[in-house]
Amino acid sequence: MRQIDIDAITKIVKNLCIEANYFLSPRVLKLLKNAYKNERENLSKQVLSQIIENCKIASKLKIPLCQDTGMVLVFIEIGAEIKIKYRNNALLNNLEAGIQEGVRRGYKEGYLRKSVVDPLTRENTQDNTPAIIYTRIVPGDKIKITLSIKGFGCENMGKVKMFTPAAGNLEIKKFIVETVKKAGANPCPPIMVGVGIGGTMDKAVLMAKGALVLGTKSLVKNKKITELERECLKEINKLNIGPAGLGGKVTALGVYIKTHPTHIAGLPVAVNISCWANRYREIEI
Amino acid sequence: MDTKIYLPFDTEKFCKLKVGQKVLINGIIYTARDQAHKRIIDRIKKAGLKGKTKDFFDFRNQVIYYTGATPARPGRIIGSAGPTTSYRMDAFTPLLLKYGLKGMIGKGERSVAVREEIKKHRAIYFIAYGGCGALYSKCIIKKESVAYFDLGCEAIYRLNVENFPVIVGIDTKGNDLYEINRKGK
Repeated sequence: MRQIDIDAITKIVKNLCIEANYFLSPRVLKLLKNAYKNERENLSKQVLSQIIENCKIASKLKIPLCQDTGMVLVFIEIGAEIKIKYRNNALLNNLEAGIQEGVRRGYKEGYLRKSVVDPLTRENTQDNTPAIIYTRIVPGDKIKITLSIKGFGCENMGKVKMFTPAAGNLEIKKFIVETVKKAGANPCPPIMVGVGIGGTMDKAVLMAKGALVLGTKSLVKNKKITELERECLKEINKLNIGPAGLGGKVTALGVYIKTHPTHIAGLPVAVNISCWANRYREIEI
Repeated sequence: MDTKIYLPFDTEKFCKLKVGQKVLINGIIYTARDQAHKRIIDRIKKAGLKGKTKDFFDFRNQVIYYTGATPARPGRIIGSAGPTTSYRMDAFTPLLLKYGLKGMIGKGERSVAVREEIKKHRAIYFIAYGGCGALYSKCIIKKESVAYFDLGCEAIYRLNVENFPVIVGIDTKGNDLYEINRKGK
């Protein structure tokens, strides 16, 4: 049986926290550069050029793209045929602890902001833990770690709605576009819109969040979904919110939808918004 | 050409700045966000502005920047330091303006109440580029702690800035760039 040390996982999580915060993924950067080409208005072009310049400075100086270095989400898929070798200390004696230790080290060594507090007392945990961890056991002997950094300017703008099955594509589309419209300038447009349709309430939200991690190969989309994505994007970009909310053609860089079978009595729809600095990393070991 | 202003000396010149105008800020600004606002307001409500104590920060005639920077890497003055979303401060802002706050730097729309107070007190709201913390880090040449040190990144800092790029979001006459944009130019 293949074996891996928990230290290796901790180290990977640490590095991914730092990398995701310093370097925007080339895929998102390309979307921003295309947006710059497509914008016509002076002010919106100016905003996009500052954003692109910001990305250059961040990677050159090795400092975070944005001061909101967010909360960390870790999606980990563990092959059923791999054994993790733990350490004999409380920080590394189980998988969850090992991941949290990686986040702790990443936020300290990478000079990242510690933004996690108790929800009631608002007392800071001082090390940006706990990260939100989702674990899945999958076939094989590999481990896939997907890490997403979520700032709360955009996180605060998300919404979930439990429609009845009477609702159709039109209502879903209206809900998505309305959510973006209400968010306006707050989530740092040009945004990316993640949508989850179906499942249960929690599943819909989780899909919306997962959809924002671009580059996942796992989902083969059917034509109906791609069409809905395209229609939503078109409507959203007619809102004239634009970069920084100062008007323009590019309010969203993309709409990404995931679906899951749901109950005969329901139709959950969740919208999760990412700012332009959609920070994520994926690695398979 | 972007207009340069020097703070805190140029607050009288705010009335010459027009909504949508690009401005480069130089000089002194103060950081304050959610928790610092809460404390300032509590303080004012309790003692009024006259009851000055060591934990009181005199914001009169100054400009507040809504930010919570990342820790500085050794050799740097400050880490990433872009604007945070302004609407969360809307509940506190009218009172601060009443007591003499002259300007704010943040991102996103303000409430109607804030806009009205800005107009009434001839103050100003500048929009900084959201998410551009690295860009702003380069414009900050000095950082000193002022108050509420226990708040960490949410404490109040005095920043000395150089050519710090912003856009006039709400001018002293109450013209609001977001609103103008929403209604169509």
